[in-house]
Amino acid sequence: MSSKMNNYVRKNLPAGLSKWGFILLGVGLVMAVIAYNNNPLRASFASLIGFMFLLSIGLGSLFLVALEYLAGATWSVPFIRIAEILSTLVIIAPILAIPVLLNMHDMYEWTNKAVVDASHALTQKKAYLDINFFYIRFVSIISLLGLFYYIFTKNSLKQDITGDQKLTTFNVKLSALFMPVFAIGLSLLAIDFMMSLEPKWFSTIYGVYYFAGSFWVAIALITLFAVNFNEKGLLGTGINKDHYYSLGALMFAFTAFWTYIAFSQFMLIWYANLPEETFWFIPRMTGGWGVISIGLIVTHFVVPFFMLIQRPSKTNPSRLKLVATMVLAFHIYDLYWLIYPTYSRIQSVKQNDASLISSPFFGWIEISYIILALGILLTVFSFVGKGKNLIPIGDPKLKRAMDFHL
Amino acid sequence: MDKKLYSVAATFGNADDIILATGKIASAGYTNYDVNTPYPIHGMDDAMRLKPSKIGYFTITFGLTGTALILWLMYWVTTTDYPQVIGGKPFFALPAFIPITFEATVLLAAVGSALSLFIYFFKFPNNSHPLHDTEYMKSCSSDKYGIYVEAKDPLFDEVRIKALMHECGAENVYDVNYEEDFLTAKFEIFDKKFIGALIVLAIIVSASTYLHLNKLLYMTPFNWMMDQPKVSAQQKSTFFADGFGMRTPVEGTVARGNMPYAYKGQPDEAGKYLTNPLQNNDKNLALGKAKFLTFCSPCHGNTGMGDSRLNGQFPNGPTLHSDKVTNWPDGNLYHVITEGQNVMPGYFRQVTKDERWAIVLYLRTLQRALNAKEGDLK
Ligand code: HEC
Repeated sequence: MSSKMNNYVRKNLPAGLSKWGFILLGVGLVMAVIAYNNNPLRASFASLIGFMFLLSIGLGSLFLVALEYLAGATWSVPFIRIAEILSTLVIIAPILAIPVLLNMHDMYEWTNKAVVDASHALTQKKAYLDINFFYIRFVSIISLLGLFYYIFTKNSLKQDITGDQKLTTFNVKLSALFMPVFAIGLSLLAIDFMMSLEPKWFSTIYGVYYFAGSFWVAIALITLFAVNFNEKGLLGTGINKDHYYSLGALMFAFTAFWTYIAFSQFMLIWYANLPEETFWFIPRMTGGWGVISIGLIVTHFVVPFFMLIQRPSKTNPSRLKLVATMVLAFHIYDLYWLIYPTYSRIQSVKQNDASLISSPFFGWIEISYIILALGILLTVFSFVGKGKNLIPIGDPKLKRAMDFHL
Repeated sequence: MDKKLYSVAATFGNADDIILATGKIASAGYTNYDVNTPYPIHGMDDAMRLKPSKIGYFTITFGLTGTALILWLMYWVTTTDYPQVIGGKPFFALPAFIPITFEATVLLAAVGSALSLFIYFFKFPNNSHPLHDTEYMKSCSSDKYGIYVEAKDPLFDEVRIKALMHECGAENVYDVNYEEDFLTAKFEIFDKKFIGALIVLAIIVSASTYLHLNKLLYMTPFNWMMDQPKVSAQQKSTFFADGFGMRTPVEGTVARGNMPYAYKGQPDEAGKYLTNPLQNNDKNLALGKAKFLTFCSPCHGNTGMGDSRLNGQFPNGPTLHSDKVTNWPDGNLYHVITEGQNVMPGYFRQVTKDERWAIVLYLRTLQRALNAKEGDLK
């Protein structure tokens, strides 16, 4: 049975997308190469931010795709294709992990046998924090998630042509399988690449923390694209105020969710006051990093929270676009806050200056990798999205989804 | 009694019709109308051209009031009223207060919204409405969708409205009337039966709660604090070979602040070699005065004149203004306070070294005060 939507006219993606994608990619690539030659270690840290940033967009978008199938949601159908395109980043983002993998030895102290042997805690973690096991985890998680991505999107695209409802049924089942893999995979990636920068430290909520940020940024980006495309008439008959409201509400909800998780992590450690846990927060609460941490609360919570709290602001397209753009920046800020204190610590050891541990490093090297990441993001979108219907015209829920009302 | 027309009302059989009718009424310019449906209907806000509800302003006001109040309360309790160090945290331990702040914010926002809904929007305690008990309202609260236009609407025109309703497919059209004195009627909320029921309810709830907590669910209070697995004073110890729970200090050691007295039983040497290490200043004198009044005055009198308050139940302490005591060096005084003299007990256990010297200072001042010389006036 076919329930295809016949009045959809496919239009080209806005030309600016690929143009800006190429410009950013080119500039970013040149700068990144220079940066890497200049200071490989620092460039690798910057590249780690880029990697985790793109990865979180990919993971969050893939999660939305699977969630829609699993929950039988209708409201998100009109822009699920955008999420599908963005989830390509799950398999593209690892490109930015290459500098990291090349500099593992300097970035991650658990790769250093002398350091591990000298510490009881690290000796206990040897079985997990093992370089070969690390590679195995990395490759298998990315390829597993990539496989899910491949099947989900392949079926969805096929449905555009055939309108076969069985494809949806299949994807629903697949999404149930996907969820546990996703939860474990995302947590392990976050633990491996970011938490193990301070291998003696541990936080059981770390995976959830990264997930909260990931879904937040993915929703923001999808909102940004959906609102833009809708204004240009690329989303068929167009999405309405209630779609906007739902996107805004979800972005708002995840602002609060991230804050809740981040605060839970902080408060338990602060209250228990155990030296093996607090040492992660102490440098972040002193000196320059202390200022950055206050800034994190302001940017990641206060600003988006109050910009979205009123009902009209969630349906106001320009407000949504503004907040979504800010969310992108604030998520990078968050990743910087998670990753870079380790670089400060390494510098303070190297230069034998204890005060460096609480001084943040930020400069053109970091900027170049952020530009590169944005370039990859836009280029991937324009490449993968080229020639595709921007709404899933074969989806049996599409008609209901276009008429969606709260 | 005269009946007056309150409104013209109509019921419809399905949600689409009511939306259509509402849209027509709204676009015809009527303002005093309302819709009654058995459940909320999508798109009704738009059809009625409602502005966003103002309830959000109440919510945020109450919410922020909750935030401010609870923060102030916790600040006041932990820093001013009852400061206590808990877990080595600062008195005002903000991170620990965030969950409570959040909860108080939500609580006040929720309760405040509900109350403002009743009081501001529903005009509580007014509980009457001309629509109550009408045929129209009864069918709206089961399976019909109703709309009514009040007679006080400036554009009200019975014939036109009824025509419009029929045109939209109304199933029934009603005239809703009310009695002339309806508006001035007083409706008792504090009805006797109602109050009586409330009181009975309160008694039942308190009695059953009391029985529940004190009889049914009674648990013996725990006394783990009393039964600690430690050795208390005068108890036998199974740990030490000699069986003594109370230990003597290790030989050759001195506990902090417990330097042994060097001139035991040697008042003359004490007088010869000891000098008062304290400065003669207000602080030390105040300390000396306090200690003197506490420990010495019961026997020697408030000014050391030997006028004991013990009324002969104990050998009276002699005057401390005798020539003998006045001419003693400080060391002798210190010695008497430390070791006592004949029936007077020593005070080294109760009064620290510095406090003893402070008493000496104060005693000297008392003696000087009784024997003031010309020169002291300067
Ligand atoms: C329980 C009552 C009592 C208290 C309290 C007491 N005394 Fe005495 N004090 C006496 C008695 C009785 C004597 C006389 C002892 C004797 O016969 O030599 C005395 C003697 C003295 C003497 C020697 C006087 C002399 O002429 O030989 C001094 C000095 C003195 N007390 C100072 C103090 C000081 C200072 C304090 C406060 C720390 C104090 N006393 C507390 C009862 C007391």
